[in-house]
Amino acid sequence: MPLLKVHKLTKSFGGLTAVLNVSMELKQGELVGLIGPNGAGKTTVFNLLTGVYVPTSGSIILNKGGAEQELQGLKPHRICKAGVARTFQNIRLFKDLTVFDNVRIAMHKNVRYGLLSSFLHLPSYHREEKRISEATMELLKIFKLDGKKDEYAKNLPYGEQRHLEIARALATNPSLLLLDEPAAGMNPAETAQLTELIKWIREKFNLTILLIEHDMSLVMKVCERIYVLDYGILIAEGTPDEIRSNKRVIEAYLGEDVGDA
Amino acid sequence: MKGILSAQFTRRLILVVLTYVIVQLLISVNIINDYLQATLTTICINIILAVSLNLITGFTGQFSLGHAGFMSIGAYTCALLILKDPTLPNFLLGTLLGALLAALVGFLVGLPTLRLRGDYLAIATLGMAEIIRIMFINMDKITNGPRGLSGIPRFVNWTWLFIFTVGTVLLIRNFLRSSHGRACIAIREDEIAAETMGINTTWYKVLAFVIGAFCAGIAGALYASYFYFIKPDLFGFLKSVDILVMVVLGGLGSISGSILAAILLAVISTLLQSFSEIRMILYALILIVIMIFRPQGLLGSKEISLSVFNRLSRLFAFEKEEK
Repeated sequence: MPLLKVHKLTKSFGGLTAVLNVSMELKQGELVGLIGPNGAGKTTVFNLLTGVYVPTSGSIILNKGGAEQELQGLKPHRICKAGVARTFQNIRLFKDLTVFDNVRIAMHKNVRYGLLSSFLHLPSYHREEKRISEATMELLKIFKLDGKKDEYAKNLPYGEQRHLEIARALATNPSLLLLDEPAAGMNPAETAQLTELIKWIREKFNLTILLIEHDMSLVMKVCERIYVLDYGILIAEGTPDEIRSNKRVIEAYLGEDVGDA
Repeated sequence: MKGILSAQFTRRLILVVLTYVIVQLLISVNIINDYLQATLTTICINIILAVSLNLITGFTGQFSLGHAGFMSIGAYTCALLILKDPTLPNFLLGTLLGALLAALVGFLVGLPTLRLRGDYLAIATLGMAEIIRIMFINMDKITNGPRGLSGIPRFVNWTWLFIFTVGTVLLIRNFLRSSHGRACIAIREDEIAAETMGINTTWYKVLAFVIGAFCAGIAGALYASYFYFIKPDLFGFLKSVDILVMVVLGGLGSISGSILAAILLAVISTLLQSFSEIRMILYALILIVIMIFRPQGLLGSKEISLSVFNRLSRLFAFEKEEK
């Protein structure tokens, strides 16, 4: 049974249909790419999956340990609690907060003390805060950000901001991670490093990952399967090799063959 | 680690108790006379108002112009109760009831209006405060209309002021240092990111609003039972702006900033009392100057902690040694 089953997902903004009848399945532990030319609707798919937009029609079903849960129409925070985390194309960190706080805030859904304890700092508060702090430091160490934990997020170099966003998404303890252009703006060396990191966190956190990326070197290297979106419609699905030689994909990216003119 | 924490805690406790005892002593030997006591009361009430509005506007990022409305609910509830039966338990009950009622109104108003952002929310909360004011004017039989309620028995003294002020500031500070408080701060930083990270933004916005309203209700009750007299016009738009000025002046997102600003503004207006003609002009000028040179507020989003005093004392000790 697939971890995520998207069936005929559609989103229209007034007269514009951004995404039409997109169906996809992600198996547990898979690393899948979602590619397509600019404006193809990739980020809209992410926004639909995470509840930022409400789908016009279609269904999104997350299967967690045999229990199926419909995600369409839920608020983003409910979808996060169900186990879907994401990063953003245009980094959306809590800029004026410290690196430490950025990750610590994302632990919120797993915090087990009530309002009374937060007002009075009862023993459960101290116990939980200690646990959260330790878990936060552990995550920061993985991304080599532990030395900068008191730095403001806005003061980090670009690459580290991207890393911090992934760390923050992982702090919500997801089973499905959506990465929106994680390598955007990185140089080839940084991208190579990120490629390894993505592979590694998938093993370490037992994740299923769906990623949007324009950097084909990264997509072809890490993804086991790729979906191709063009004008809101899925035009191809397959392994990196299949996609590389797919005629429709090449057309979508480079334009149609004019033929024997 | 635990030893350090408890030492810090003891030091804080000593400082708090010392403040209370010193002021109480000054009152009993009449150095702080009736006139200064009124200023002291204003300071304490303003601290509660500013810190609680800072929770809504500075920390959660929801621009509210209706704080005086919540204050008036607390003031009228408490005043009506102690006018009927002037006993101390009744005053405490009135304060609690007033705060709860303000919180309830905060909840009912917050639920629909907190979907709005920025300017729109400010207008909506402003409207709410006006509705409350006009209701108090028109409920003639109960509230005596625009003439207001007078002869409210005084139960508020330094002890109660101190307990309520320190209590509300501590509760709000504790809240902000918890995961729930951090959720509120995350909303201010980036609402969409916060929501995506599993924070129920609607719930936390309403929660901040309700806690803020609750504290404003307490402040209102203290006001009613100290100054003998309340009328709807005391809690108009200008009062809300007054509170907002304190929050912005102290620094959005700084509790100690709000406290500092509350004290500063009360002291300034007391000092300027003798120049009654140009008082408001000077007051406005001071605000303009501060905003030009310190647009983020006196403390920005930083907090003053006791370590400042440690550093100061070390500095003084150092100077002594040099001599």
